[in-house]
Amino acid sequence: MSTPVVHFSRRYRFSASHRLHTPGMSDEQNRATYGKCNNPFGHGHNYMVELTLAGPVAADTGFVVSLPALDALAQRELLDRFDHTHLNAHTAFSADFLPSTENLAFELQRIFAREVPLLDPTGRLRLSNIRIEETGNNSFDLPSQSDAPERTR
Amino acid sequence: MIFLTRKAEFSSAHFYRNPAWSDEQNREAFGKCANPNGHGHNYTLEVTVAGEVNPATGFVVDLKLLKDILEREVVSVYDHRHLNHEVPEFALANPTTENIAVAIWRRLDGKVPNARLHRVRVYEMADLFADYYGESADLLDRNATALNAQTVA
Repeated sequence: MSTPVVHFSRRYRFSASHRLHTPGMSDEQNRATYGKCNNPFGHGHNYMVELTLAGPVAADTGFVVSLPALDALAQRELLDRFDHTHLNAHTAFSADFLPSTENLAFELQRIFAREVPLLDPTGRLRLSNIRIEETGNNSFDLPSQSDAPERTR
Repeated sequence: MIFLTRKAEFSSAHFYRNPAWSDEQNREAFGKCANPNGHGHNYTLEVTVAGEVNPATGFVVDLKLLKDILEREVVSVYDHRHLNHEVPEFALANPTTENIAVAIWRRLDGKVPNARLHRVRVYEMADLFADYYGESADLLDRNATALNAQTVA
């Protein structure tokens, strides 16, 4: 029997403010496009970020990933950077970055797709999906390209 | 084809220990999860099956039947038990969330009539869960890992 590959998911929460406004449009167009999300000083959400990692279950521990190592990574790359910040003013983003939750998901995918494999010396651990809930009613799933066929098969 | 998911719950005790390691190594690898008398969780199980709708009933699988299968194959074995001491598949392997998902897959595979087992999801708590998609997905994972390595590079 081959080593089973398990998708392991962990949820993290942070709170941040943002404003949807793009300099390529007039103020009027921005208001028409983004509505109250365009209000000048921004507004905030309690975001939930769910990281899903895929990898073989290690025989000696029964783990796909060391949870303290994953938590430390999320603390460093997600919570320390973004919790209680204003995303538009964030130094991680260029001035024309539009911090919609979609774009935030792509930014987090860029970070975690690079960092997650480093947690595993065998090189088989990878980021499989990022899910962000902006509110209880809005959520976004961003599967890693390599993983999409497997999960939707 | 349509996916159908049924939930079940069980409450169990467990601990993590690799008998090949010293107490100190176990403590280092597993932290408080290595406490020798164990601790417990309320687990939530979600079983997703895939199949075609039977035109005579409108069902893929009779949900009552699926509920009974989960009860017989999993809940009656795991609920209010100590997984390390009382459930045979964890006599040697740690009852991690990952290994529980794989073990439940193996218990259920082939037991659900007229449907294909698609995913077993086990929540240890609301913010931590594991998904297993079966052995055919394990084989696909090799390709996904290779593809992912290219993408990241």
